[in-house]
Amino acid sequence: MEHLVINQGFPLLSFLIFFPLFGALVLLFKSGDTFARFWTLAITSLEAIFSLPLLFGFDIKSADFQFVELYSWVPQWGINYIVGLDGISILLVLLSTLIMPLCVLASWKYIQKRVGQFMFCLLIMQVSMVGLFVALDFILFWVFWEFMLIPMYLLIAIWGGPRKDYASIKFFIYTMAGSVFLLVAILALYLENNHSFYIPDMMWQNYSTTFQVLVFLAFFLAFAIKVPMFPLHTWLPAAHVEAPTAGSVILASVLLKMGTYGMLRFCIPITPEATLMLAPYILWLSIAGIIYGGFTALAQSDMKKLIAYSSVGHMGFVTLGIFVLNPNGVEGSIIQMINHGVTTGALFLCVGMIYERTHSRELSVAQGCGKFMPWYATFLGLFCLSSFGFPGTNSFIGEFMILAGTFEHSTFLALAAIPGAVLAAAYMLRMLQKLLYGTENNPDQSHLKDLSFREIAVLSPFALFVFWIGLGPQPFIDLIHVSVANLLENLETWQQAQNVAQVMLQ
Amino acid sequence: MAILPELALLTGALAFFVMSLSKSFDKKQFNNAAVFMGVVALLGAIISFNQDVTIFAGAYQVDLYSQFFKLMIAMGMVFALIAGQGLKGIDEEDQPEYYMFMFVSCLGLMCLVSSVELITLFISLELSSFALYLMVPMRDNTTGVREQMEAGIKYILFGVLATGFMLFGMSYIFGLTGTTYLKEIVVGMEQVSSQPAALFAIVMVLSGFFYKLAVFPMHFWVPDVYEGAANETTAFVATVPKLGAVALMIRFVAMVPVDNQIFVNFLIALSLCSMFYGNLIALVQTDVKRMLGYSGIAHAGFILLGLLTLDASGYATVMYYIAGYVFMNIACYIAICSVSDHGENISISDLNGLHKRQPMMAFLLAVGLFALAGIPPMIGFMGEFLLLAGALKAGHLYLVILAAINAGIAIYYYLRLVKAAYTADPEDRPDVTINGVTRFASVVLVLLIVMMGAFPTRIIAFADTALKTIL
Repeated sequence: MEHLVINQGFPLLSFLIFFPLFGALVLLFKSGDTFARFWTLAITSLEAIFSLPLLFGFDIKSADFQFVELYSWVPQWGINYIVGLDGISILLVLLSTLIMPLCVLASWKYIQKRVGQFMFCLLIMQVSMVGLFVALDFILFWVFWEFMLIPMYLLIAIWGGPRKDYASIKFFIYTMAGSVFLLVAILALYLENNHSFYIPDMMWQNYSTTFQVLVFLAFFLAFAIKVPMFPLHTWLPAAHVEAPTAGSVILASVLLKMGTYGMLRFCIPITPEATLMLAPYILWLSIAGIIYGGFTALAQSDMKKLIAYSSVGHMGFVTLGIFVLNPNGVEGSIIQMINHGVTTGALFLCVGMIYERTHSRELSVAQGCGKFMPWYATFLGLFCLSSFGFPGTNSFIGEFMILAGTFEHSTFLALAAIPGAVLAAAYMLRMLQKLLYGTENNPDQSHLKDLSFREIAVLSPFALFVFWIGLGPQPFIDLIHVSVANLLENLETWQQAQNVAQVMLQ
Repeated sequence: MAILPELALLTGALAFFVMSLSKSFDKKQFNNAAVFMGVVALLGAIISFNQDVTIFAGAYQVDLYSQFFKLMIAMGMVFALIAGQGLKGIDEEDQPEYYMFMFVSCLGLMCLVSSVELITLFISLELSSFALYLMVPMRDNTTGVREQMEAGIKYILFGVLATGFMLFGMSYIFGLTGTTYLKEIVVGMEQVSSQPAALFAIVMVLSGFFYKLAVFPMHFWVPDVYEGAANETTAFVATVPKLGAVALMIRFVAMVPVDNQIFVNFLIALSLCSMFYGNLIALVQTDVKRMLGYSGIAHAGFILLGLLTLDASGYATVMYYIAGYVFMNIACYIAICSVSDHGENISISDLNGLHKRQPMMAFLLAVGLFALAGIPPMIGFMGEFLLLAGALKAGHLYLVILAAINAGIAIYYYLRLVKAAYTADPEDRPDVTINGVTRFASVVLVLLIVMMGAFPTRIIAFADTALKTIL
């Protein structure tokens, strides 16, 4: 268990995992809609504040796991409670803690029925999100991975739109189908590894090729469904369209990242040989996702669907960046995960705000609203520009790094990805144009009220991050740089060792 | 002292026999008396927990292993009694007899887990089975179709058939070893383990327990009996007798030599058939009890996963899993019994809007179902996970993959119930009222399901120690 910086002081990570659980349990016993709203806002805000010490205490020069806590859980089976943080996970943890108070605020008026239960689900959701990103024991990871399904299912199934039954069941079954194989892979690794579920122990081992390929495929299926990668993406539009705003935001900002996080954390270090062997196929699958997502988004008239398909495209960029396996690509894809969380989350919030006013997500119903909602138009314009990677906004940095990494890897591949970026501009500008300006015969939109103070307060932090990452990405890159470099160095060393072994054999 | 829980149950059964003779009794007090006597039996099981004695000429052994199961049986019975409070589905006249048979059946099961001699074992099993055969048709005739009679007949006919198989197997065992004492049989079987007859004998004996546990192909009674019996009877039949079956299956499976590939393959086939059959058919059910019946068949397949490893850690997992199984199932049945107003069967749509009509029951049902579906951190997850890990350790990769697929299939039908309870509109369905005891039992069950799942260490360690007394 080297590479661990054991935390002797305050158990910060455990606190972050279980604090929302405490908040949720209180909600079980105390009812009242107003109380539920304020209480949940307080809990999630405190959680966000308490997660900031992670940032200040994090040593960016080290690739080790930090803030580690280690307790024995089921000693007979070698299961431990180990949590820790490194450069790959820190931004994702912060993203999940910072986004939650905003989700609560965004649901302030949107959710009118069963408010207490809604807030309960949000808090439980937060438990599993934070837990998943910091878990260093595979069983612990799996517990959070599976447990997350229940609150998300309920969020869609109870507070969702007209086709909520279909969407929620599809979401649940797709994810579950992927994760049963994940469990088998975990068990297989456990037996190969002297009966330990400790994740870093499983990395960079000399498993046989067949074993690696099988484990990789099991991992990949689970994570690709979560990302979702083309052609396993079909649950996503349904789930996004039917979910309530906060559900869509959590889904887009955090849940999808679990898939790409899994690929970085598990696929590459645990099955390096299979990764190298299968990466070319995954790269082309990513390209297919980028192009497919772009074209489908272009054809949508439902705003949520449009953004959902754009997510497929954006996440295609992320997987592209991961599997080119060079520093630019991988760092770019981590930055792009955060960007997608910020931008797409904000776009879903924007759509939610229009939906609250017009009770429709159709572009044609809301078209021409820009004239009466100047604040709204400003924010929407900003996030749309950010979504297709306009220079000066966050996505530009991410996509630029990924494309730079892809060019290093193969010019041909990079050229194939470029149309995706153009398509993104096309569908986003189309939505922006229709929504804000429309045509000569717009429906009468004069009854629409501009954003309230609460809504501006929800969107502003997103706008801040759009510019912050867009104009000064260095602090973010610094956070992840050492861990990514370490990961890729390990991969290279491992590869060299394999080559040497092969030469020796000959 | 050693047989305190058995004595408590016997006293209870006799008391209800006396009550059944008199015509007038206060129904409410009489119900409370049943729960109270159940609790007394539970206390008896707790008090006699650490006893270690052999009585009745070595035929009856009280040890850690048997006491573990007795404790679970007593707990299961108390929960089943709480689920069936008021006996809404039982004819008023038959109620004292109903309780009497229930206590007798539990008594039989407790004797069963302590029996270490074939004849004692057989008598105990029959004592518990015959009481059950009588409980099934005791439903009152509100529906008018008398489906409970069909269920009762099916149950007894299949049961007797299974018993016949078992006796046949026992005769082989006696023929091969010349003794009826399990300890000596284990020694005797080692010498003849290469003979097909030895394996045949064990499979025959096991089929009697396959019947109780509802393993394919001895599962045919399950859907009809679950559906035809009163809700409170199903709550009991679906949970407590399985403890006894598992306890004895472990004893008999342990007699098979570890390297017997044929036997392992046989169990693999049964396990796969049970899982696929149960899960696939459960998908299309509309009657909640019938669906849970098919889900029970699938879970029986899962239990075989632990048995077919043929090692102590596998058996320990099975003990852990079956204890959890009883709790998660009884959680669902408490909810079902309280939703059913006059003891009628309920369909999935009857659960609509339960979260509004009775939040506590909706929550209990959701916890029970998610646990059955194997969602962490509930006990169903930990049990399923340990079973899969054990089977994989024993080298059954394909079996584990297929079992994992089954866990995925099962999600769908459990989710349908949760969906009805949490997302559907109650329309004009009446509120569900529950009393304090049910409320308390629900809290205890939720805690048990979550805590046993999150912290399995001590229970498994205990199961390991208990197994040392019999292996």
